[in-house]
Amino acid sequence: MKRQDPMKRLAGMKGLLLPALLIVLAEIGARLHGPSDVIAPPSQVVFAFGEAIRSGSLVSATLDTLIAAFGGLVIGGAIGLALGVVLGLSRTLDRVLELPVEVLRPIPSVAVIPVALVALGFGYGLEIAIVAFACVWPMLIFARAAVAGVEPRLLEVARALKLSPWATVTKIVAPAALPSIFVAFRLAAGVALIVAVTVEIAVNPQGLGAALMTYGQALRPDITIAFLVWVGVVGFALNQGLLIAEARLFRGQR
Amino acid sequence: MKALAWRLASLGALAFFVLIWGVIAALKIVPPLFLPTPARTWTALLHGLWHGDLASKLEGTLSHMLLGWLVASLLGVALGAIIGSSVRAREYIGPTLEFLRPLPASAIIPIAITMFGLTPSMAIGVIAFGSIWPMLLATVHGFAYVEPRLLEVARALNMSRLAAAFKIALPSALPDILAGLRLGLTVALILAVICEMIAGLEGLGSWELVAARAYRSPNIFAGVILLGAIGLIANSALSLIEARALRWRRR
Repeated sequence: MKRQDPMKRLAGMKGLLLPALLIVLAEIGARLHGPSDVIAPPSQVVFAFGEAIRSGSLVSATLDTLIAAFGGLVIGGAIGLALGVVLGLSRTLDRVLELPVEVLRPIPSVAVIPVALVALGFGYGLEIAIVAFACVWPMLIFARAAVAGVEPRLLEVARALKLSPWATVTKIVAPAALPSIFVAFRLAAGVALIVAVTVEIAVNPQGLGAALMTYGQALRPDITIAFLVWVGVVGFALNQGLLIAEARLFRGQR
Repeated sequence: MKALAWRLASLGALAFFVLIWGVIAALKIVPPLFLPTPARTWTALLHGLWHGDLASKLEGTLSHMLLGWLVASLLGVALGAIIGSSVRAREYIGPTLEFLRPLPASAIIPIAITMFGLTPSMAIGVIAFGSIWPMLLATVHGFAYVEPRLLEVARALNMSRLAAAFKIALPSALPDILAGLRLGLTVALILAVICEMIAGLEGLGSWELVAARAYRSPNIFAGVILLGAIGLIANSALSLIEARALRWRRR
């Protein structure tokens, strides 16, 4: 174990000061104000959080959201990755497909919700479809740039060795482009979680988003805020986890 | 000349995809209840714009998006400039911002509804809250990483802090700020649609949802096309401004 630099640790403490202050102020403010439909004192939020864990509603809602987010991420990410690699390898295809991509990409993912709703109804399918649509684009853009940026001399080597296209992709392109494709995966994972929660809030009656809406409408600010904080924690943990994985997997490659 | 040829080829590809869509819809490979033909979508779009209330829905979405984005831009750039210029402020506030950043902005909608009700102000508030992050963080970054030698020049010239912020830090942070503004506008459009769907506010979000409940797929697709067009135009307009404002950088 390495000892942490005391100055660094102090800097970390400084970052905690503002949230601590806000929590104390919220507690005092909410207590002075009395019962409210909008805001609850942090102590009650903590209590509601414990209640949500004990009743199991927090765990099941989190699982629902993560399943949908992960399903959409895998499907959309795979489509985006495949398209990105092809467009990155072939300058011709990239130019020809430029306009279709330019026209489809700016469509806000949430605009497609009603389309999927009519076709698929409520449930995982709807959510996975929307998340997948949203995840295609970051993956496509990053993979295309990463593949197009592969050192041309490496591709010449592949040609000289008469490698098949598949072997070229797996042996030359993939190792060179992998670090930035992983960055794209991390960004897409963030998008997936955001879009999943958003679809749940808008229409889909399951998962963390739907729980937020239900408790909000039931005028239970304590549980609503507990779920809101939890959504933030899940997003933060996901991002940090992938950052650590990135640092481990590609150590010394940059 | 060559660029034009590629553009035409690309246009051909787009036309080809629309054709495939038409064939799939016309042969009813996907039921017409879900997938209208391009022709029916086009008719629904034109009819809605000229005879129906699609134009006012379009206006509603545009005004929600732009108002929320404007509020977020002013607040985001101002706050970002203050936080970015001070090392101490960054130390105290930075970690909190990093934690709040990945929070899905739509998650605050239930709380915003209990605060403001199902009103346009709720939508503006949510849009402003959600789209402020890209601009705020980009501005903080831009102001934090000003070339130190430029700041030394400012000190040598006895510039006041405010003058240094406007004449040196702001131009140097401009690329970051403009990129943040562009990203923020994308977020604003998404949140506008969501708020309209949930609160039934006048806009394309509620238009699409009403059409979905009535299984009027041509109307849904007309809404998707308009929202795509808004996204495309907004993004291109800001890219154009970015290119113009940053012309000096290329030299």
